[in-house]
Amino acid sequence: MKRFILESTAIVAVELIKLVRDPTEVISRAVQPVLWLVVFGQVLAQARGIHTGQLNYLDFITPGILAQSVLFSAIFYGIAIIWERDLGVVHKLLVSPALRSSLVFGKAFAAGFRGVLQAIVIYIVALALHVSIRLDPLAIVAVLASVMLGSAIFSTFSLIIACIVKTRERFMGIGQLLTMPMFFASNAIYPLDLMPGWLRVIAQINPLTYLIDALRGLMIKGGEVVHGYLVDFSVMLAVFSLLLFVAVRLYPKLAE
Amino acid sequence: MNTSTPDLPTEFAIKTQALTRQFGSLTAVDCIELRIPHGDIFGLLGANGAGKSTVIKMLTTLLSPTSGSAEVGGYDIIKSPGDVRRNIGYVSQLLSADGALTGYENLQLSARLYGIDRAARSTRIRDALDFMGLSDSAGKLVKTYSGGMIRRLELAQAMLHHPAILFLDEPTIGLDPVARHTVWDRLLELRRDFGITVLITTHDMEEAETLCDELAILHAGRISVVGKPAALRAGLGDGATLDDVFAHYAGGSIHESGSFSDIAQTRRTAHRLG
Repeated sequence: MKRFILESTAIVAVELIKLVRDPTEVISRAVQPVLWLVVFGQVLAQARGIHTGQLNYLDFITPGILAQSVLFSAIFYGIAIIWERDLGVVHKLLVSPALRSSLVFGKAFAAGFRGVLQAIVIYIVALALHVSIRLDPLAIVAVLASVMLGSAIFSTFSLIIACIVKTRERFMGIGQLLTMPMFFASNAIYPLDLMPGWLRVIAQINPLTYLIDALRGLMIKGGEVVHGYLVDFSVMLAVFSLLLFVAVRLYPKLAE
Repeated sequence: MNTSTPDLPTEFAIKTQALTRQFGSLTAVDCIELRIPHGDIFGLLGANGAGKSTVIKMLTTLLSPTSGSAEVGGYDIIKSPGDVRRNIGYVSQLLSADGALTGYENLQLSARLYGIDRAARSTRIRDALDFMGLSDSAGKLVKTYSGGMIRRLELAQAMLHHPAILFLDEPTIGLDPVARHTVWDRLLELRRDFGITVLITTHDMEEAETLCDELAILHAGRISVVGKPAALRAGLGDGATLDDVFAHYAGGSIHESGSFSDIAQTRRTAHRLG
């Protein structure tokens, strides 16, 4: 276990150094969620076209936009993995005696920090827009933990896709194909009970739904948790464990 | 660099038996038999697509053989891949040093992944940087390094954990003559001072002549010939060069060989080296 932690933190440390040295990607990725909140959220809140229970629409979609931001930045993490493969970095990592699970977990954990930076941007914008944010420290820590877990899930999913498609061109196509359907087949911008039956079934097997559900309760004053925190976190942990299991087996194939 | 010669559990540093790798219907490596003594620099030559990199990938545990077996440092590549990895260093044909990190940070990552404990880490890194002549550039981002400096940094990374065996896949490809000679000098010093065994693939006959104690030429996944450079030259008659030996045994189709991805990869590496 000690070895696993040491090796994973080595990978995380490198990713954080690179992130601090060149935060361009994080900054550019923060633009989209800001637009969703400032433009889409505010307009729809005025229109009152979507029934969101006791929450106003802007309060309702803020956790959804945070989750979307997490999904969109993590799902393209695979591009970086393919780039590392093309540069020989993957080969070097895999020739080392480090556990494959440490390498994959380290990558996933590092993606979590990118998600945390997105969360900070969204907290700032949401506060400026007078969204009813819960500001108690425990809730904020829980939100950040959820964001890290969500980022780990989608970045590991992305790594699996990268291991299968192996080229950046193919990955871009598949990444685009997955992100929007995952976003729309979730409770990000409308409640589950407004969805037609078939879409609700898809939403129920979409891990993004559980991340948003947990975030809505933890982030927003009066936010309703439909599934309950136990279900939300159990599903997310189970999905992450399954994806990690698959990714650990596929990652070495990248160097073949 | 304080490298200690490890215990040598077997007669040969690298030993393969009928080592074979197929990709679908293509046999990339076909029943290779290699015996490389400890402390030798052994060259693996061949045209693009001859199977050199596939052999290295199998011996470094990046790729499983379809059949046959191999021992590296006395450890079976299939049964004990972790032990093999602990005992080898590897410099890929690609430029694997991370340009967004400093030289020191690249070495620090290697040290942590190879389990070098915190107390010894900075001394090892400092020694490795000194040995490769990179101490003054340790704090600079690797993307500002010259090609020769990157290759020396990669050698430092590969040697940091004091491996018994070093695998180098076309390590001087794309380097200018001065940088190439610097890399050769460091390799010869490593062998002289620490008795390290080196398996190197190359297309450069001058490199093979300068460095290698023994050579094998691969053609279409099979070993065409094995021998010392001088003996191979002598075998073709008076005045024969290693280029002649290569042309004779590598199948005579050098200009038509190599897949698109091989060529693209080589050009990418050369481009990054400037």
